[in-house]
Amino acid sequence: MKLTLRIWRQTSSDQPGEYQSHLLDDVSPNLSLLEALDQLNEQLISAGERPVSFDHDCREGICGSCGFLVNGQAHGPRAATSVCQLYLREFRDATVLTLDPWRARAFPPIQDLMVDRSAFDRLIAAGGYCSTGTGQAPDGNALPIGRDQATSAFSTATCIGCGACVASCRNASASLFVAAKLAHLGQLPQGQPERSRRADAMQRQMEAEGFGSCSSNLECEAVCPQEISADWISWMHREQRS
Amino acid sequence: MTRGLPDPRIPSGPLADAWRRTREGLPLISPLRKGQMDVLVVGTGLAGASAAATLAQQGYRVKVLSFHDSPRRAHSVAAQGGINAARSVAVDGDSISRLFADTLKGGDFRAREAGCQRLAEISSGIIDQCVAQGVPFAREYGGSLATRSFGGALVSRTFYARGQTGQQLLYGAYQALMRQVELGRVQLLTRRDVLELITVDGVARGVVARHLLSGELEVHTARTVLLCTGGYSNVYFLSTNALKSNTSAIWQAHRKGALFANPCFTQIHPTCIPSGDVFQSKLTLMSESLRNDGRVWLPKHPDETRPPDAIPEKERDYFLERLYPTYGNMTPRDVASRRARELCNAGRGVGPGGRSVYLDLTDAIKAEGKGAIAARYGNLMTMYERISGDDPYSKPMRIYPAPHYTMGGLWVDYQLMSSIPGLFVLGEANYSEHGANRLGASALMQGLADGYFIAPSTVTAWLAGTPAEDVPTDHQACREALESTRTRINQLINNNGSTSVDSFHRELGSVMIDCCGISRHADGLREGLKQVKALEQRFDAEVRVPGDACGPNAELEKALRVKDFFGLAQLMLRDALAREESCGAHFREEHQSEDGEARRDDVNFAHIAAWEHNSGGVPTRHSEPLQFTALQPSTRSYK
Repeated sequence: MKLTLRIWRQTSSDQPGEYQSHLLDDVSPNLSLLEALDQLNEQLISAGERPVSFDHDCREGICGSCGFLVNGQAHGPRAATSVCQLYLREFRDATVLTLDPWRARAFPPIQDLMVDRSAFDRLIAAGGYCSTGTGQAPDGNALPIGRDQATSAFSTATCIGCGACVASCRNASASLFVAAKLAHLGQLPQGQPERSRRADAMQRQMEAEGFGSCSSNLECEAVCPQEISADWISWMHREQRS
Repeated sequence: MTRGLPDPRIPSGPLADAWRRTREGLPLISPLRKGQMDVLVVGTGLAGASAAATLAQQGYRVKVLSFHDSPRRAHSVAAQGGINAARSVAVDGDSISRLFADTLKGGDFRAREAGCQRLAEISSGIIDQCVAQGVPFAREYGGSLATRSFGGALVSRTFYARGQTGQQLLYGAYQALMRQVELGRVQLLTRRDVLELITVDGVARGVVARHLLSGELEVHTARTVLLCTGGYSNVYFLSTNALKSNTSAIWQAHRKGALFANPCFTQIHPTCIPSGDVFQSKLTLMSESLRNDGRVWLPKHPDETRPPDAIPEKERDYFLERLYPTYGNMTPRDVASRRARELCNAGRGVGPGGRSVYLDLTDAIKAEGKGAIAARYGNLMTMYERISGDDPYSKPMRIYPAPHYTMGGLWVDYQLMSSIPGLFVLGEANYSEHGANRLGASALMQGLADGYFIAPSTVTAWLAGTPAEDVPTDHQACREALESTRTRINQLINNNGSTSVDSFHRELGSVMIDCCGISRHADGLREGLKQVKALEQRFDAEVRVPGDACGPNAELEKALRVKDFFGLAQLMLRDALAREESCGAHFREEHQSEDGEARRDDVNFAHIAAWEHNSGGVPTRHSEPLQFTALQPSTRSYK
C-alpha cells in the first residue's frame, strides 16, 4: 500500500520545528506503524537525510517507550492500543498520517517525536512505592487479599507510563497516571500505612513538575492503552481529602 | 581451581543450606564505611533495579546507568507467564528439592547444582518480598496467593499477575529503586549506553558510557561494577527481545578479559507469533502458560487447505500429546520447538510459507467460557489479535519457535563475580543456573534472587576484603578506555559506506538462525563462521552511519551494537561447534538417538565451556567440570 507520513521534525528543543511529508509507496499492510517508520528511515539514510527520531523498544505494547499523536490522537485511532501495536491494515490505501510528539510543559521536546518523560519517574520517587526494605517481608499469604481486590489493584498497576493521558488532556494533567498508582497501592493492605502521605506527596510533585489539573474531559481514559478508568481520578480526589 | 579458570568458589559440604552457611561466613562492612563506597550498577531490569535498591538500602552510594529514558522500560517488563517458587503449601507435593531437581533437569545437567539449590531455597522469599512491595499477584477467592503450572514441571508453583508478571515484578523493583533515588542514596543516570569497562590493575573500577542525547562520552568510576544488562538474543535480528537489548556491555567486558560461558545456549521459545514480512522488526512471544489450556496441533494431511475449524478432530494431529503422553502440551521448550520445526520442515506447517502450528484454545473456551480464558490471558489474546489481525477466541492461534532467552553469558563464580575481580554479573547477563535450557518461569526468579538476595551479600564481601582508593576519572586507565571508545565511534561515523545498519543486522540474523538456531550441525556451523566473518568485513567497509557523534543518533547506537553482535555471533558458532553433544536447547544433529531425541555426552561434556578472548586470535576454550552429588544426570524424558 501507499502511505504519506507528515511528521513533525525538530532537531532539538531550542530549534523551531516543522512538518515534513514523506511518501512510502510500497509498504505492507502487515507492518506496524513503527515498522513503516523503520522503512522510511532506511529510505532517508540511503538518501543521506537525517532519520526520524522516535522512542520505542519492546514493540509489543508493554514497555511504554513509544507514543506520539497519529492524526491528533495519542497512539492513533485504535482503542486500548499503543502505537507500536498499530498496524497499517487499520488504514485505507494512500492515506495521510500526521505524526506529532506529545506536547506538554512537563514533557520537554528532545527531537522529532521524542520527548522527555522523566517527570513521571520523579512522581513515582515522590511516594509511589511501599517503604519496605529487602529482607523485611512477612509471609505473602499472611495478608489475605480477596481475588476481586487483587484484580482491581492489578488493573490500575498495569499503567505503562507512556504519557498518552498527559498528551491528550487539554491541561496536560498527569491525574490518570498518579491516580493509577495511588489506586494500585491504596487498594492493597501493604499500601495502607503511607496511603495519605503518598497521596499528598504525589499531588505536590505533580504541581511542581508543571502538570495541569484534571480537565474532566476523560480523553485520558479514551486513549489509555491499558484502559485504566478515569473513575480512579475521582477516587484519587477522595483520597486526597481524607 | 581448574586450569585457566578462577576458582568457582562452590561451597563444600552438604548442598542443602550451603548458601546460608556461605553467607554467614562472608565478611561484613560497618554501615558507616559503606556510605563512603560507591557501587556502579549497569541496567535497571529485575536484576539491576533490585540490586541497586538493596545495595542503596544497605548504605552504599549507588550510581545506576540505564540506556532507557526510565528504569521502568527495562525488558524484564515484557516477561509474561510467571515466577516459580517452591512453597510447600499446596498438596501437590512441591518442595525445595523438587524445584531444585526440575531446575537442574530442565537445564539438562549443564548448570551447577549448588546454584540451582540456592535458587530453589531463595525462591519463596522472593514472593514475600514482592508481595510486601505491593506486587498484585493473582489470588484465590479466599485471599491466598494463586499458582499455575508451567512447562517442565508437574506441580503448580508458578506465581503470576495475569500475563504481565514481569511488568509487575519490575515495577516493584523500580519503585524500590525510585524510593532510594528520593532518599538520595541512588544517582540515576538514564539514556546512557555503556560501551567499555575500565579496569585498574586487572580489577573492574568503572565504565565508559555515551550519553544518548548529547553524544558525550562519560567516565564513571566506582569500587565495584555490576553488569545487569540482560540477554543477547537480538544477535538473531528477529527475536522476542526488545529492539535495544544488546550484548555491548558484557561483550566489551569479555574483550577486557571476562570469560564468556556457554554462548551457544540460546533458548528458542516454542510459542511466538510467526514472522510475516521482510520488514518485520521483531517477533512477539505468547506466554508459554497458554499451553496450560491450549492444544498444539497440525492437520494430518500436508496438503490440507480447509480453515482449522473445518478440519474434523480425527484429521488433526495433536503431536505433542501423541509423542509425550505424560507432559503433552507442557513438554519443555526445546523439545516442543524442535518437534514444531521438524513438522514444518516436512511440509506439514500452516500459515504463510508453512512456518507455523496451531495453538488451539477452543476446548478450554468450551469448557470454561470465554470470560474465564479472557481473565487468565486477556492481554495475550489482545496482543495476538493486534499483530496477526485474527481473533484468537474464534480461530486457533498460529505459533512458531523464536529465539528468546540466552542461557549463556559472562562466566561467574558462586558469588556472581566474573573472572575480572570486582566485576559482578547478574541476571540474564551471566551464565548461571539455567544450564543448557531454561525451565519455564525461572528467569524472573533468577534475576530477583541475584539482585535482592545474593549480590548484596557477595558484593559486600568483595568490598570488605578489598581496600581500594577511589579512581580519579582522569586516571590513565580511564583515558585509555575513553580513547578506545572514541576511536570505535569515529570509525563508524567516518566510514562513508552505503548500506544501513539494519540490513547488515538482518543478514547476520538470517545466518545465525540457519546455522545456530533450533538445531545445528558441524558443516552448517563452519559455514556460518565463514559467512559471519565475511559479513563483518563487509560491515566494516560498507556500513553507513548518518549524522555525527554529537546529539541523538539512533543509527550510531545500532551500529555499535551490531558490531559487537558480529564478535559474539562468531563465539556462539565456535561454542556450538566445540560442544559435540546435544543438550537442552543445543541440538547437534550428529548427536541424536534413533527416535530423534537429544543425546547428551556426560563423559566428555559435563562441563561449562568458558571462553577467553585473545586479541586478534582464536579464543581459548576452558572448561569447568560439573559435579553432581544430589541428583545424578539422567536422560530427560517427557514421555
